[in-house]
Amino acid sequence: MTPSPKRNPGFLARARGQVLIDALLGAGYRVLGPRVRDATIVFADVRSVDELPAGLGESQAPGRYRLEAAGDGRWFGWTVGPQGLKPLLFPPREALWRSFRDAGGGLRFEAPAQGGGPVAVLGVRPCDLAALALLDAHFLSGSAPDPGYAARREGLLLVGVDCARSAPTCFCVSTGDGPMLVAGYDIGLSELDEGLLVWPGTATGAAIVDRLPLAAALPDQLAAATDAGNRAAAGQRRRLPSRHLARTLFANLDHARWRQAGARCLACGNCTAVCPTCFCHATRTEPSLADAGAEQVREWDSCFGAEHSLLHGQPLRADAATRYRQWLTHKLGGWHDQFGRSGCVGCGRCITWCPVGIDLSAEVEAIVGGGGDD
Amino acid sequence: MTDRDMPRSAVVRERIQESPTICTLRLAFDDGPPSSPYAFTPGQFHMVYLDRVGEVALSIVSDPLDEHFFDHTVRPVGRVSDGLVRLRPGDRVGIRGPFGRGWPLEAARGRDLLLLTGGLGCAPVVSVIRYVLRRRARYGRLVILQGVRHAEDLIWRAQYEAWGRAANTAILLAADVASHDWRWAEGPVVDLLDRVSFDAGRTLALLCGPELMIEAAIAVLRGRGLPDEAIWLSLERNMHCGIGRCGHCQVGPRYVCTDGPVFRYDEVADLLGVRGF
Repeated sequence: MTPSPKRNPGFLARARGQVLIDALLGAGYRVLGPRVRDATIVFADVRSVDELPAGLGESQAPGRYRLEAAGDGRWFGWTVGPQGLKPLLFPPREALWRSFRDAGGGLRFEAPAQGGGPVAVLGVRPCDLAALALLDAHFLSGSAPDPGYAARREGLLLVGVDCARSAPTCFCVSTGDGPMLVAGYDIGLSELDEGLLVWPGTATGAAIVDRLPLAAALPDQLAAATDAGNRAAAGQRRRLPSRHLARTLFANLDHARWRQAGARCLACGNCTAVCPTCFCHATRTEPSLADAGAEQVREWDSCFGAEHSLLHGQPLRADAATRYRQWLTHKLGGWHDQFGRSGCVGCGRCITWCPVGIDLSAEVEAIVGGGGDD
Repeated sequence: MTDRDMPRSAVVRERIQESPTICTLRLAFDDGPPSSPYAFTPGQFHMVYLDRVGEVALSIVSDPLDEHFFDHTVRPVGRVSDGLVRLRPGDRVGIRGPFGRGWPLEAARGRDLLLLTGGLGCAPVVSVIRYVLRRRARYGRLVILQGVRHAEDLIWRAQYEAWGRAANTAILLAADVASHDWRWAEGPVVDLLDRVSFDAGRTLALLCGPELMIEAAIAVLRGRGLPDEAIWLSLERNMHCGIGRCGHCQVGPRYVCTDGPVFRYDEVADLLGVRGF
């Protein structure tokens, strides 16, 4: 894998790393970066490089995630935690509008206030940038963009980082979404033991990068970053057999493997919650106890729940097998018609966070064999 | 925010009891008709908000030319519809929409129409009947086949009789369970197809109702030479947003709320009748 020709990085020594966070804070951004919380790494407010998970990596396997010392001082030595960018742009719970009853009996509707200021996210993985492009296509497309998503997206600055290693659950090489940054970031980073290679991806990012006291990157440093990316790519053992599986999956709707996966699946919805592209949500009305108003809220929903497919009071998909099949045929099949590509970016979260360790890549392999549509 | 995302207030102008349980709400926007014509096609739907309870998708059954009001026919089958049928003139609801793709009534100009509906599926097709009869010269022969489970489920009984007297129009009704005063057929509505002739080269079939009925009707129609492009059907799925965002109404790669609810048969043929889709 060769790095993007857009790259022309400068070098920021580890000891001076704080200037990057300071430059973002100074430009008016709330800065979110990787932080340890609940024994995982999530995006949360950072003001200092001392708050970053230095020297931490993780062990990931089907149904398993453990933070571990990586034996170095790197800030971005981990791969992916349970969250991508999804909760930042599409919160698990959000008010859509409020209704009020006038004295005369009329109904009035009000949109919630949007905004909260610009946010910079530090340390976004290539797979999560690919996932964001898909969420953008979903929430910003059509005749009108989703108001809440659009407001949050507008003020977002993304500091991407190359992956220098892959978790055993990663398969972004086969989906074409990593492990090195390609597109979708404002500022690009590649981490070396001695510091960061830094380069702008957009004009917005360049305005920040221009303020940093960068040294010229040495040829050895550029080569080390490329080598690390290549090693991360070569280390991936999981893969999808093809990037286009729509025809093959829909031709195998009666495959016995759906029932076998369904027999293991707890229908808990962990996979759809951690998936960086799953967008299903339920809306409901919450009447106020204090006045005659009500709030219309949307909350993440999952195609693994019985209520997702309710029709005339009965679920259309009554068992886990048909729900698992719905998820996979949509994610890897229907998305091609809806979004022009598969909905899987190879992050492997659904494998790690599945309590019984169902492995999407293995299920696909079993159902379609080694073949695909292209 | 547009009225795709946030409702507009509408007032109940009139409440028409159609059967012991079913009623039609005649509604008008509180802020008056929009400056641009409020355009919709029969087969499209609104998301109707009952204050402090929730939203449901309801087909628009009135005619697009009636610009000062619109009608929804409601049968109480859940929390929201239970409350909607109890509304009285002067009460308010919220309206988002119109949403979705309706019946192909422009493309159907000059063609014969065969309408086959079952049970609760009647509302989206009643709007077609009214639309066609109000523009009678634009369309050829109109054949209406309506099935109900119990004879007493039939609403708009007087209207069916009136519609049957319109020019070049035939109506056949069937009830799975007849009553003592039922003058029409007893049995599945699809069996009524045996009693009608149609010109497969100039007929469009519009189907609405339970999917088993739709599948059975399609088998008969195709067997009698009606091409797939001439068969249209309205699908029903769980809907929360109405605008292709929430993901509930997917059938394979399609959203019923934006790609449908009216589909041409060949668009959904591969997944129609497949359990779980």
